Amino acid sequence: MGKRVALTGNEAIALGMRQINPDVVAAYPITPQTDIVQYFASFVSDGQVKTELVTVESEHSAMSATIGAAAAGARAMTATSSQGLALMWEVVYIAASFRLPIVMPVVNRALSGPINIHCDHSDSMGARDSGWIQLYSENAQEAYDNLLQAVKIAEDKRVMLPVMVCQDGFITSHGMENLEILQDEEVRTFIGEYTPDYSLLDTKRPVMYGPLDLQNYYFEHKKQQAEAMKDALPVILEVAEEYRKLSGREYQLFEAYRMDDAEYAVVIMGSAAGTTRVVVDELRAAGEKVGLLKLRVFRPFPYKALQQVLGKVKAVAVMDRADSFSGFGGPLFSEIRAGLYDLETRPRISGYIYGLGGRDLGIDEIKRVFAETKMIARGGDAADLVTHLGVRE
Amino acid sequence: MSVNLKELSKKPDILTPGHRLCAGCGAPIAVRQLLSALDNPVVIANATGCLEVSTSIFPYSAWNCSWIHNAFENTAATISGVEAAYKSLKRQGKVKEDFKFIAFGGDGGTYDIGFQSLSGAMERGHDIVYVCYDNGAYMNTGVQRSSATPLGADTTTSPAGAVVPGKLQHRKDLTAIMAAHNIPYVAQGSPSHFTDLIKKMKKALAVKGPAFINVLAPCPRGWRTETSETISLLRLAVDTCFWPLYEVEDGKWNLTFKPKEKKPVEEWLKHQGRFRHLFKPENRHLIDQFQEYVDKNWETLLKRCEVS
Repeated sequence: MGKRVALTGNEAIALGMRQINPDVVAAYPITPQTDIVQYFASFVSDGQVKTELVTVESEHSAMSATIGAAAAGARAMTATSSQGLALMWEVVYIAASFRLPIVMPVVNRALSGPINIHCDHSDSMGARDSGWIQLYSENAQEAYDNLLQAVKIAEDKRVMLPVMVCQDGFITSHGMENLEILQDEEVRTFIGEYTPDYSLLDTKRPVMYGPLDLQNYYFEHKKQQAEAMKDALPVILEVAEEYRKLSGREYQLFEAYRMDDAEYAVVIMGSAAGTTRVVVDELRAAGEKVGLLKLRVFRPFPYKALQQVLGKVKAVAVMDRADSFSGFGGPLFSEIRAGLYDLETRPRISGYIYGLGGRDLGIDEIKRVFAETKMIARGGDAADLVTHLGVRE
Repeated sequence: MSVNLKELSKKPDILTPGHRLCAGCGAPIAVRQLLSALDNPVVIANATGCLEVSTSIFPYSAWNCSWIHNAFENTAATISGVEAAYKSLKRQGKVKEDFKFIAFGGDGGTYDIGFQSLSGAMERGHDIVYVCYDNGAYMNTGVQRSSATPLGADTTTSPAGAVVPGKLQHRKDLTAIMAAHNIPYVAQGSPSHFTDLIKKMKKALAVKGPAFINVLAPCPRGWRTETSETISLLRLAVDTCFWPLYEVEDGKWNLTFKPKEKKPVEEWLKHQGRFRHLFKPENRHLIDQFQEYVDKNWETLLKRCEVS
């Protein structure tokens, strides 16, 4: 049975990693991820894990060594934030194309420049097309739960793709929270033994990882990768169901909060969902038919499931904690709009970019978003299709 | 460590025929000699470059072993990860065999873009052998200068023109830089002196911890030389002391071959199209500078090796 403890998001992730007990961890420090590596290093020093810890000289090498370890048949992990993820970008793609089930906690932080150490989602959004599954967490509990599920999702033979487990820098990573953790033995049974199909250390069947793949095969391999990403959706739900039986905590592709009869709604990811939920409750108490959709799985993008829920409302405000600099809103905004396009009756959708560089998102701002969305739901027009929320003009 | 060529010639090749490297390329000659020193199962990591692209064209492979190519600059980090996995899995009893881990990179992937990753892996002490096949430029992309390119060389990014006479800088002395990492074994070798090279590889494989071997590997396309001259050019590189053969074993420098007579470096330069412009009268000073550089390095090396 679970045990209640008070932990920060980073502590929860480090503890989850200890319970996973990976064969290899290769990592490099970066704010706000640093604690994870520090805590994990002490588990290694105290003999609490069997892990070979490789303290590399950069994040590029962190991902490169993790790839080498995973290709050698190890359960291998790393963790990063911001510039670290940006530096490893090249090899992040290679990890996915090698179909290596690497799990990487990402503590979301703004990208330079100017340099800023606080939360937004620009880092993981920058890697959104790298072929990794991406799970976003609202709090430390979800970060921990997502981490354990990520191992099982990644290693499922129908999937074999790496997974990023995202949590909000400082807000979640450094905030102390009460959460419920599983017993070590429960985690071990849940994730099971990892048995790789292709290992560099199999002398009976030598393998080639990363050969030159030209016009005659590359495309087929990319199609296989795309199929694996689609196949991940049902696996994510199966793993969530198994995890619910074990932990009592329920996970879906997203959480639809008070959406059943909602007239208008907000879509959001990460820690800001908590504040938004408070606003939804307040507005509901005042008789407003409002709802919240908190997206957990951004990759693969669950557009069919989103259609079923968002297709029923009149207006949706999509809140992005990253700008795509496309001149057309954030990535979540664009994808939600594209995902709902085929519906016969679809909601009107506006975009809000909020919280860049760790800027707080307050209750009043969320109320403003709901008020504007209500106006649009009733046939009014937004001043702007996309608004940078709370920015001084 | 003795090298019995008769015995070695009976071993099955790990890099097999059918690869698409050019005639006269120094890389596969070096690789086959080096791998003949091997007695264990091996995982090879290969940096992006000629050796990698020419031996791994999917669905074919010229490699008779497990092999990984990750990217250009991260071969040392990649093989670190493989070795870390091995250590962990071996400790858990999941792997039984005694593996060796070898990385191959060209000079671009080793002296330049992969330098940080190489230095990091050496400092961490992984039990790996990193081999650089140094052909003195980015040959795979069409002969661009690297930090291994010698002074005066005409490359596509240091072209000998009306005002600039080829590369303006001397090459980086990477072997000495690797020796400064104080790792158990560092060596410089040449396929022209194969007994010496194979012996060095045996030592590199035998030490516990990281080893680095720098091998000169002519590129007939980039050097603009005859494909039949590869080995004689290597011999000249050694005899002119442009590429001395030595090793640094636990900090002790040993000269493993001393030419009977040190030839002028011109002897080596004059066979190569990339240095042809140096023989114009107005560029004579560059040959002199080249010679001074070789002499100075040779003297330093003799002192380090305590040879008079």
